Amino acid sequence: MALSEQQAASEQGTAVDVRSPPTQREIIHRHSLVVRLTHWINLLCLTLLLMSGLQLFNVHPQLYWGHYGYSGVPTVLSITGRYDPETAQPVGITRIGDYSFDTTGILGVTYDSEGRPRPGAFPQWATLGADLALARDWHFLMAWMFVINGTIYLLFGLFSGHFRRDLAPAADQLRPRHIAADLWDHIRLRRPRGEAAKRYNVLQKLTYLAVIFLLLPAILASGLTMSPAVTAAFPFLFDLFGGRQSARTIHFIAANLLLLFVLVHVVEVLLSGAFNLMRSMITGRYVVKPERAS
Amino acid sequence: MSRIITRRRLLTTGAAAAGTTLLAGCDRIYQALPTRPLLDFGQMLSYRAHRLLLAGQPLVREYAMDDLSPDFPSNGTAMPDGFAYFDLITSNFANWRLQVDGLVRNKLSLSLDEIQQLPARTQITQHSCDEGWTAIGKWTGVPLAQLLQRAELQPEARFIVFHCLDEMTAGDFYYESIDLFDALHPQTILAYGMNDAALPIRHGAPLRLRVERQIGYKNAKYVTRVEAVDRLNVFGRGKGGYWPDRGYQWYAGL
Repeated sequence: MALSEQQAASEQGTAVDVRSPPTQREIIHRHSLVVRLTHWINLLCLTLLLMSGLQLFNVHPQLYWGHYGYSGVPTVLSITGRYDPETAQPVGITRIGDYSFDTTGILGVTYDSEGRPRPGAFPQWATLGADLALARDWHFLMAWMFVINGTIYLLFGLFSGHFRRDLAPAADQLRPRHIAADLWDHIRLRRPRGEAAKRYNVLQKLTYLAVIFLLLPAILASGLTMSPAVTAAFPFLFDLFGGRQSARTIHFIAANLLLLFVLVHVVEVLLSGAFNLMRSMITGRYVVKPERAS
Repeated sequence: MSRIITRRRLLTTGAAAAGTTLLAGCDRIYQALPTRPLLDFGQMLSYRAHRLLLAGQPLVREYAMDDLSPDFPSNGTAMPDGFAYFDLITSNFANWRLQVDGLVRNKLSLSLDEIQQLPARTQITQHSCDEGWTAIGKWTGVPLAQLLQRAELQPEARFIVFHCLDEMTAGDFYYESIDLFDALHPQTILAYGMNDAALPIRHGAPLRLRVERQIGYKNAKYVTRVEAVDRLNVFGRGKGGYWPDRGYQWYAGL
């Protein structure tokens, strides 16, 4: 292993003089073992949760607001397929509130690999679980894995200092000037180098915090609100979400927001040195590029 | 029929083809993995966690009349087949009786009238189908605990099986079962009234189970016999219910 002395120094936590930025590439230990393991287990859980969740949605592809909801009650969202009698072709209709969209091929009616139309809100290849019973089993097993994995991560983050050290924005990062500059860097797709690359940028930190402490807990709590046993023990969940159907709708929206986060996350990784970042999340090692000559 | 290949269709078919290839690979892995024990382990965690959460036997939320849903979908059987049930309807269930038997000291055979004479409970609750829809209804009936008390359960009794009048497939009548934890809960009732009227046929006339902390399919309709047992593997395909026999979980608190 031809690791530089700098790496050894940084792993020992030796203070680095920020005024004389390194001109060489430097290898640091970026992610702890617990963070790496929980990250990949989380990816597995959320992927299977999403796929089985889409199958559950397909069984009743309508979302409502309030306590009750069934076919005939006004929907917040519905994704259905029907045959157009004039063209004798299947049509996929996505309806959001009062607005309808023809989503044939993408939602409502999709085509299989041989080009045959297939009814169903979400395409079959995106779902897990051949029937409702199996999709439910998968969804609930993965929910448990997600909760256990997430609990380990939260305890680790709290007691190891991971949250305080890596995720809490530093005082200098919270200045409006800094946030604006960071936003401008993102727009220009300009990636931090040198010292700045050793910590998460402020938009990244705020996004991670929002996902970890708001979005994921909201998905979990709204999911639990769909269980009649859980709401018997915790009826306040109904008040928190405004009813079981509202909870189902929020669960769906939050899952979509999470998917949006994952897409942006993956794009950011691809733009910021996919190999280096992937290695850092697998082995922990991360190469810090030297500062640009100013 | 037009066979014009639109760009969108080409794209989505391409995506589907790519997805199918990926799926075939995933499917092969999936088939090779022993997933059933894993899935049942997850189910066991839910069951244990729920029993812990519900140890104090809390009641489910009860709603007000204003909260009733305008309609209440009927799932499963809406009208049992056969002359036997037809005869019951035409005689307004005069010849119908509920049997309470199995591991009890006093077997009971009760007419609808006799059941309606017993102290009743009325509750406005939410019904949640595993498909995702929910409806709110007002139910009036006799608490199951009261019937079991009259019948005097034997100490070996662990489960209550509900035998139903609706034949789902040739020879397979609907049935369901719950354990005593749910059977003795105050909101577990055998309902003969819905929304201040007699229980409609499509909702299981003359008598249906309401087990409020579990989802739709546990709430057996057209109940004709209540049997106390110490094991479930002697009924149907051995899983304790018509749907549990067909891949659905016996415990359905989620």
